[in-house]
Amino acid sequence: MSIINGRVWKYGDSVNTDVIFPGKYTYTVSDPADMPQHALEDLDPCFAAEVRPGDIIVAGKNWGCGSSREQAVTCLKESGVGAIVAESFARIYYRNCLNAALPALTCAEAVENIEDGQQIEIDLEAGEIRSSEGTFSFPPLPEAVMGIFAAGGLVPYTRQRIRKGK
Amino acid sequence: MGQTFAEKVLAKKAGVEATSPGEIVEISPDVALSHDNTAPIRGIFEEMGGVRVHDPEMHAIFLDHAAPAPTTQHAENHRIIREFVRDQGIPHFFDVGRGICHQVLVEEGLALPGEVVLGSDSHTPHAGVMGAFGAGIGRSEMASVWALGSLWLRIPESLQIIVHGELPPGVTAKDLALHVIGDLGADGALYMSVEWHGDAIRRLGLSERAVLPNISAEMGAKNSYLPPDELVFDYLERRAQRAYEAVFPDPDAEYARKVEYEADTLEAMVACPHTVDHVKPLSEVAGTRVDQAFIGTCSNGRLEDLASAAEVLADRQVANGTRLIVIPASSEVFKQALGAGYIDVFLQAGALLQSPGCGPCMGNHMGVPAVGEATISTANRNFKGRMGTKESEIYLANPSVVAASAVAGEICSANDLN
Repeated sequence: MSIINGRVWKYGDSVNTDVIFPGKYTYTVSDPADMPQHALEDLDPCFAAEVRPGDIIVAGKNWGCGSSREQAVTCLKESGVGAIVAESFARIYYRNCLNAALPALTCAEAVENIEDGQQIEIDLEAGEIRSSEGTFSFPPLPEAVMGIFAAGGLVPYTRQRIRKGK
Repeated sequence: MGQTFAEKVLAKKAGVEATSPGEIVEISPDVALSHDNTAPIRGIFEEMGGVRVHDPEMHAIFLDHAAPAPTTQHAENHRIIREFVRDQGIPHFFDVGRGICHQVLVEEGLALPGEVVLGSDSHTPHAGVMGAFGAGIGRSEMASVWALGSLWLRIPESLQIIVHGELPPGVTAKDLALHVIGDLGADGALYMSVEWHGDAIRRLGLSERAVLPNISAEMGAKNSYLPPDELVFDYLERRAQRAYEAVFPDPDAEYARKVEYEADTLEAMVACPHTVDHVKPLSEVAGTRVDQAFIGTCSNGRLEDLASAAEVLADRQVANGTRLIVIPASSEVFKQALGAGYIDVFLQAGALLQSPGCGPCMGNHMGVPAVGEATISTANRNFKGRMGTKESEIYLANPSVVAASAVAGEICSANDLN
């Protein structure tokens, strides 16, 4: 979990939740396993077929703006996406990511230097993104969020903590 | 290096010396606000294995979104919430009729300087009027807060808005807010902590000040803060439910962005269909026909708002073919408006009064528009379909403009009536 290694899919600014997971599917596709086939459908038609587990999305500003739909995170998580690195995230999207145990990392320097198709590695504990263009650091995720990741998301995490009597 | 309000208040809550943007901290909020959505949150809470809430005192629960219940389904929802409140021994519960959560939280002395309010409602930044850190969160997150008493928060970057001078007569904090949102855009304060500074802000009364953090969600803000002053401390003198400690940003704090505005040059503004940042000067939309006018909501349903509407409506009549709905934001506001004679003015003018709550703002009840109708409203959101049907238009303006438009049957200012 703490090391993520994959191919970069690079996108621009203000990619909204409608192109990540089209609104027309929000009431017709409810099983998370069926969501990956529509992931980024209206942004990059190649993505759904070619994405491999561990792949990393690198994007510009305001990734995930628009609606609060959690499917826009679920479809990427279920596609095997290992992390999203962006210059900035829409606030609700960002929270949905971390609560779904999908690392959302803010690192403008990495976004500026890393190109589409490159193979990169992210070390969550060390707070580093390693690539052929150099190593870029981001503030490490604190224990609270690492705990959510380890549990597989906020709902199972809370369930575990309740069971342990906090 | 100095810290902004958000950096400082979240460091204090997290028990660390300092924080910086991008960092994540785990904090215990002072208030966990929920409303009619308390029932679905209870479902998630139970799915998580929750039995007893972490701290009943932390909760503030309001029935306001569909209050009193318009359907059996809503009534059942309320019944479940009352049962939950009773079973969990939650003291801060405000049943139907008391008013809108954000307004009542302030009136009840539960939104306090230097405290953190997390709410399962996007307009929770409202609490910033008292110098609190208020932020909206999702339902699953709220269920987790109930269970654990804490939640992770990312330290936001801060946007400093400085407003100089004094608003001209007839121009209100609502117009200032709409002007700023139109200028910065719907994502202009994305994930940011907004701070409102400047002599123009200090000159505003509490009621007007409240509009600014309330509507900041419409530019993407995480929270929105006004530095508390004597006006706030005096208001809280007999209301505060516990001791508090105000938090102020350091003078050398580092802001991601600073913007400045001159209040004296502003004019009355209208947010046009179908986004809040689609803002035009009133003069450009004057003459647009309206079928319904609505004065109320957490944005502009306070005593001063009703006063400014009453001033326009005194000795005038709502236009034939236009309806005017007035909903005080709380029972306290309603009572004061009654005492001041405003309710009398509204009824004389042909307006209709409804019980305190959110009313038709999000299309639940109490005056939703028909297909093809246009509404002018003092609310904070005009998205397509917001008031019930996608086939209608919503314009947002200050209470005086809404009242004047009700009299004319078309969008106009109070001056246009003379």
